[in-house]
Amino acid sequence: SGAPLTDTVPLQVVPGADPSARQLCFAWGPAEVLVCETLFGRAGGFRSPCLAGAAARSLTGSVAGTGDGAPSSSCVFVVRRDQDIYIQTLRKLFNESHGIFLGLQRSEEELAGKSRKAQLVQVSKNYRSVIRACMEDMHQAAVSTRDPALQGQYSTQVSILSAMELIWNLCEILFVEAATAGPLLLRLLDWVRLHVCDVDSMVREVLSSESPSKHKLFWNVVDVFVLQGRMDEARHLLSKEASANPASMNMYKILDDLMKKMPVPSLGNTQTLTELELKWQHWHEECQRYLQDGTFASNPHMESICKILLGDEDAILEKKDLMTTWYHFLVTRLLYSHPTVRPMELRFYAQSSMDLFLGGESSPEPLDMILMAAFEFEMHQVIKECSIVLSNWWFVAHLTDLLDHCKLLQSHNLYFGSNMREFLLLEYASGLFSHHSLWQLGVDYFDHCPEYGRVYLELHIERIPLSTEQKALKVLRICEQRQMHEQVRSICKIMAMKALRNNRLGSALSWSIRAKDAAFATLISDRFLKDYCERGCFSDLDLIDNLGPSMLLSDRLTFLGKYREFHRLYGEKRFLEAARLLLTLMTAHIAPCSFWMTLLTDALPLLEQKEVIFSAEQTYELMRCLEDLTAGNPDKQKFQEDDIETTKVEMLRLALARNLARVIVKEGTVEGS
Amino acid sequence: AMEDVSAKFVSQKISRTRWRPLPAASLQPPDLFATGSWDNEDNRISIWSAGDLGNAGLNGEYHGEPNLLCDIQHNGDVMDMQFLDQERIVVASSTGTVTIFRHHRNNQTLSADHRWEKAHYHVDQDTACGGAACTGVVCNNPEIVTVGEDGRINLFRADQKDAVRTIDNADSSTLHAVTFLRTTEILTVNSIGQLKIWDLRQQRNEPSQIFSLAGDRVPLHCVDRHPNQQHIVATGGQDGMLSIWDIRQGTMPVSLLNAHEAEMWEVHFHPSDPDHLFTCSEDGSLWHWDTSTNVSEKPSFLHQGGRSTAYLSHSTINQSVVSAWLSSDPTKDRMEITNLIPNQTLSVNSLDVLGPCLVYGTDAEAIYVNRQLFA
Repeated sequence: SGAPLTDTVPLQVVPGADPSARQLCFAWGPAEVLVCETLFGRAGGFRSPCLAGAAARSLTGSVAGTGDGAPSSSCVFVVRRDQDIYIQTLRKLFNESHGIFLGLQRSEEELAGKSRKAQLVQVSKNYRSVIRACMEDMHQAAVSTRDPALQGQYSTQVSILSAMELIWNLCEILFVEAATAGPLLLRLLDWVRLHVCDVDSMVREVLSSESPSKHKLFWNVVDVFVLQGRMDEARHLLSKEASANPASMNMYKILDDLMKKMPVPSLGNTQTLTELELKWQHWHEECQRYLQDGTFASNPHMESICKILLGDEDAILEKKDLMTTWYHFLVTRLLYSHPTVRPMELRFYAQSSMDLFLGGESSPEPLDMILMAAFEFEMHQVIKECSIVLSNWWFVAHLTDLLDHCKLLQSHNLYFGSNMREFLLLEYASGLFSHHSLWQLGVDYFDHCPEYGRVYLELHIERIPLSTEQKALKVLRICEQRQMHEQVRSICKIMAMKALRNNRLGSALSWSIRAKDAAFATLISDRFLKDYCERGCFSDLDLIDNLGPSMLLSDRLTFLGKYREFHRLYGEKRFLEAARLLLTLMTAHIAPCSFWMTLLTDALPLLEQKEVIFSAEQTYELMRCLEDLTAGNPDKQKFQEDDIETTKVEMLRLALARNLARVIVKEGTVEGS
Repeated sequence: AMEDVSAKFVSQKISRTRWRPLPAASLQPPDLFATGSWDNEDNRISIWSAGDLGNAGLNGEYHGEPNLLCDIQHNGDVMDMQFLDQERIVVASSTGTVTIFRHHRNNQTLSADHRWEKAHYHVDQDTACGGAACTGVVCNNPEIVTVGEDGRINLFRADQKDAVRTIDNADSSTLHAVTFLRTTEILTVNSIGQLKIWDLRQQRNEPSQIFSLAGDRVPLHCVDRHPNQQHIVATGGQDGMLSIWDIRQGTMPVSLLNAHEAEMWEVHFHPSDPDHLFTCSEDGSLWHWDTSTNVSEKPSFLHQGGRSTAYLSHSTINQSVVSAWLSSDPTKDRMEITNLIPNQTLSVNSLDVLGPCLVYGTDAEAIYVNRQLFA
């Protein structure tokens, strides 16, 4: 089992911030840290203020704002913990791998043994092909730009991507596919051939020359082929040299025959390991014989090749420059001395190959340590080292998730949070959420973090700036699909408030209807009614006339809708219906008390109509409403002081009395006749 | 088929894709299209060639991914986009500004030709902030109509500096899209499920007709009119429903067709083959609605790999006289519906069809071109 992630993380200081001059303060954000220098100088007894994240990325500080621009203490640094998120060309990597990630989460866990493994290997290959495609784009960008600084940046990215692919490919062979003795060597050979490209240009140059065998690098290319186990290509080249030297034809024939006969592991189950080992032993002895015979003594090139075939370490090491890396040396060594190497034996050969290759001249670099950890099957060490070295969370998050799906990480629990897979996915997705555009991708990653994904999503989604309604709708959809009611309400409220500030009452209302926010609907309805009282006409009729069932959301909204209906009936001269509705608004207490005076005033023209509209009973009810209003008003003093109000009340009383008189006469007449 | 689709990751979320219109009587398939991005710090209008013509294969199929010809920075999210003619594109911005960009084909550059700053705004046009997103634009050279979150309708002429006509507060809710019904009439859809007809000849600031969805007033996001039978109108809503309206009669849709699981962002009748209709959605799907197929003749369609095909219904009654779109009884329809994107996850924000070609763009920062739609 691996060590906790934190034990050897180096401390880093934000570039530009000077902890020796002033004390720093900081605030954690969801994916960024704000750091600023305080007014306090350095006092004794304080520890040097440094920033250390659980796994701090290589930090990038950027000055966000400088106030009046003069003293350094006004600087605020925004520290991002995943700087690669901001590289334009890598957005392709993030987007394409998002699809692969989702495919993997949805894939059939039930698939049995072999087909499940094939599926996982395919997923791994898909990830790698995205990395390679990105690498090509980046390379293209480096070639086509004229800005040397930019070119440098691109080239650095190409080498980082290339290292990522190299590590991933090795993990694929060792962990995902878990190649067994025999096929393991073939996979490692493929791996080396794919990634050691330093010699490719030399090979191309020699092969494309007029007469390759005369080329000064001819033997180098033959050696490259032999070292990489590309026997057919090596023999093809040698045959050209042979035809140019009829004198040594026999020597060539023997070497060619040896190379042809070399037993290699097969991918199918056509031979057992024991069979292979026997054949190989036999072949090895044959090579040994020819070497001791001195068959190749006259040609040092061929003699050295024969030594390589025999797995002679010194002979192979002599070709160090053609291999360029210790892991190439390792694979060549395995090919010619231990072709049936078992996975668990790899660590010994790897360690000694590295020692032999570096020979104490140079110390291993981070990449070497990562590959070594892989050869040692220390998966957690691989992930930990990558977390420290790489400037993104993308790699470790996706690789760990894949390994987790291979059921290789289950025993490992962190002392904080949930498991490592989830921890790394949360970090990666948080980085995406700190990006102004990539946040949408983060949602699906959080969805697949069973422990804390939901909480993270809730916290992050509320911080997405809602610049347009369209964007708000997209965020809202994410929340609604996940039954995040709290966030739905909050988003709708923000949008409703915005609309209200912009005097867009109609929009504001439709946002609060969407959130089923009764309180806010009441607030907006009051604004509508206030506007009506001030202006004497309704705004936004198209909306109020079409409230439909949403009218029931709040009492005030119901009143607004019904009150507008009264005006419509009145406008259409349907006085009887209008009168009945008006009265109901008061007697059923649909209308707020503050609005009763307005309603009673609205009754005035109905009372004054030529025709009698209100029945005697209705008139009594209107009178009671009026009296309730005047009597029940606690601020009686003020009410009476207001001349206009007093006049209104008097006018109403008069009109009601007259209407009562008329209706008694009318009803009496109708009944009497 | 899916194999004919070429894709390109473009490192920006795409909000609009539009084919450049073909010259009259052209027999060539479209070759150029424009895209607009959204939600970027730096949004762009880009012109692409659809694929490498030189790589045409044996059967005339095209290979190669779309190729960027030129692009230009755009202030704010691209909310909508429409070609005015073969060289000019009108772009609606989230800042409320409407811009005409010109594509110079001789040196492959884009430039801003004309700009109406804050054509859409809240409260006060002159304040520093206060722009309201322009959500929709439609062109009928030289006329340009725009609508916005401010509920405003603007009528511009490409050659005039000021708006020809503005209807303030035309709608109390957000206007989401606009299209021409006839040369002087437009259709708008809004966030409370209404479809409105406006006659721009009339000075009244009121719609001449209002249609609306029954029940819950589900917001409508897109609208298109049948190219030949102008009374047939299709709209798409927040619930992913496709509504077909006959604006000659009634105030409610003739049919409601269940389609997507989330917002339908765009709906387009095929301009020259209007038996076909295309819709795309926030749920990451793109549906092809085909009313031309005789179901009984092609029963094997169901077995095609990678497609989820559904038949709405079967029928043997002839349908040539009355448009299949207007059959009020969906069980009598012959309609074949195909999802063209089986495994998509993020929103398909925009699509455009012209001739045998389809182009669409997604929030997964990719554009897709299908050059053999009916193959």
